[in-house]
Amino acid sequence: MDWGAIIENGLRAAFGLEAAYFALAAIGLNVHFGYTGLLNFGQAGFLAIGAYGMGISVTHFGTSLWVGILVSILAAVVFALLLGLPTLRLRADYLAIVTIASAEIVRLVFRSARFQPVTGGSAGLQNFAGEFYRINPYSPGRYRLEAIYNGALGPFDVVRGLLALALLWIVVDRLAPGRLPGSRRSPQAAAGEGREVIGVREMVLLVIAALILVAGLTPVSFTQNRMWILTVGWGLVVITSLLVFLLMRSPWGRVLKSIREDEDAARSLGKNVVSYKMQSLIFGGVIGSLGGLVFVIGNQSIQPDNFGTPITFFAYAALILGGTARVFGPIVGSMIFWALLSVAENGLQQARGAGYISNDLLTATQVGQLRFMLVGAGLMALMIFRPQGIFGNRREIDLSVRR
Amino acid sequence: MSVADRPRHASAVAALADIAREPGVAKPDPILVVDGVHRRFGGLTAVDVDHLEVQRGSITALIGPNGAGKTTFFNLLTGFDRPDSGSWTYNGERMGGTAAHKVARAGMVRTFQLTKSLARLSVLENMKLGATGQRGESFARALLPPLWRGQERGIEARAIELLARFKLDTKRDDFAGTLSGGQRKLLEMARALMVEPELVMLDEPMAGVNPALTQSLLGHVKGLREEGMTVVFVEHDMDVVYDISDWVVVMAEGRIIAEGPPAAIGANQEVIDAYLGAHHDAPLTFEEEEAQLADAFGAEAADADREERTT
Repeated sequence: MDWGAIIENGLRAAFGLEAAYFALAAIGLNVHFGYTGLLNFGQAGFLAIGAYGMGISVTHFGTSLWVGILVSILAAVVFALLLGLPTLRLRADYLAIVTIASAEIVRLVFRSARFQPVTGGSAGLQNFAGEFYRINPYSPGRYRLEAIYNGALGPFDVVRGLLALALLWIVVDRLAPGRLPGSRRSPQAAAGEGREVIGVREMVLLVIAALILVAGLTPVSFTQNRMWILTVGWGLVVITSLLVFLLMRSPWGRVLKSIREDEDAARSLGKNVVSYKMQSLIFGGVIGSLGGLVFVIGNQSIQPDNFGTPITFFAYAALILGGTARVFGPIVGSMIFWALLSVAENGLQQARGAGYISNDLLTATQVGQLRFMLVGAGLMALMIFRPQGIFGNRREIDLSVRR
Repeated sequence: MSVADRPRHASAVAALADIAREPGVAKPDPILVVDGVHRRFGGLTAVDVDHLEVQRGSITALIGPNGAGKTTFFNLLTGFDRPDSGSWTYNGERMGGTAAHKVARAGMVRTFQLTKSLARLSVLENMKLGATGQRGESFARALLPPLWRGQERGIEARAIELLARFKLDTKRDDFAGTLSGGQRKLLEMARALMVEPELVMLDEPMAGVNPALTQSLLGHVKGLREEGMTVVFVEHDMDVVYDISDWVVVMAEGRIIAEGPPAAIGANQEVIDAYLGAHHDAPLTFEEEEAQLADAFGAEAADADREERTT
């Protein structure tokens, strides 16, 4: 078995297009579900709106790509308003039902033969991303995640170094709360959660920091076009996470969290609950639509069936794996989710190739299905043994009013 | 504490001294005036209040048997439920149909029968949430901390002061969900005060609280009156009602059946009937009737009565 290839592909998946756009989808869900308690089961609809808003504008109306992106964002806002107006006054489960249905309606409308001249029907849309790749700063060639491989330090090494340092800083801050400048006394710290022993969260962070550094030594490489969309995609992940971080430590975020805990209490303290839920739905939905944009610009193709309900549930899986109501939760969750899928698939294929698993037991095509089963079983185990995800706090989960 | 230490108490008692003790009586300085409020759930009339006035600066107890409509009445007044008909004014402003959050902002703040602590927020965050008019609660301004940080510091200082008063200051960084039931009641009351209310509506503030903490809660409620706030509270414990209220309103089957100072209300026949049934002292069986007659007329008369019947 070629372990090097398994690790390399795992790393490629962790930094790849899927991980980037799922991270955006999961960040949006984190705003909805993690911070506000809105059970949005239609995030795929927001991704589809993001993709088609731009795609239709460019291919059908001949606008520039940048105008198309604005249309996408506006369309996501309108979609959030349409979803929210009838349902946000009702109980959480109604929103779940309405969102899952609307996401499917959106997909079916886009793929219907009736609108084929505009949406391309089941064939979808192509030829809209030219403008994006025309301003690609990367010259043609293959790009590794760093430059060390070539024997010289490059800009990516600096980025990776900073990222690894940031993760290390978080680990140190968790191990010795309140010691570092600028860190605050948290409820967890007050509850004696700061610990001397390294926990799961710290281990995962350290492993990720190590992988980010090690990525420089593996031959993971991307084409110049993929490199460009990945730069933009992960850049958007960083920007939206920063926004979420700023918002959730502000009084605005405090209102959202209070709605998650008990919206009647928030109401009794003079907060306009419906308005805040709507703001949350719009904000998270727009982040989701950015994910859809990254996805289709990266693939240079819009396929309606890429926006089915599994998208929403994979994004939830990534979010819960990473930990809800945590800024890093959806990002790390998405990276690990896709890395795990890749490792499971490559590991099984390699095991088949090496003759450890006979062809009678598992055919090549079955591997693709089996990997989801394996990851699914892993997620179930996570729910049982670590329901708070990687970054979550067990004590906090145990306090949840919904359990 | 003597009456002299509690001037507001004395003035509330004095203001209510000469008022007729009948349902719907007018008060000298009402903060809340309710007219003809009806709320039906299907065939059941939950609330049917013709007229009620609440005296400013007093503590008014709302009592009544289970199912009398007290909590529904609270929900209606605070915007958590809509009446089928009726209107009310608060501080002279019409409030019928106003959304709950606007009612709270107008200075009429409620607590809940089942305490609503925000479990996964710290005690301090719970408190800070209560402050109204926060600049950082707008999406755009939230992104620019310098715009709200100063105000936030002021809010935090006020929250810490209130927490100290309610003896929760040592818990400020704990998740509210880790507090005991009684501490949650304290937190909910303290949090309501962060809104800077004029009228505080407490729905069973003492339910499920141990006697020692009840005393401390009672002290806090009396303190609210001394600070010039008006308090309306629902309570089942009559000792509590006698202890702190200046005026008692009794509800039964959705209607207000009696009003009066606490000392007078216990003797009111309507109230006794509502709690115990109109014929609560009537005999249920023949033997019981016999025993009562025996008590009333003496044993001989009863014996004679029986002989007469057997022959």
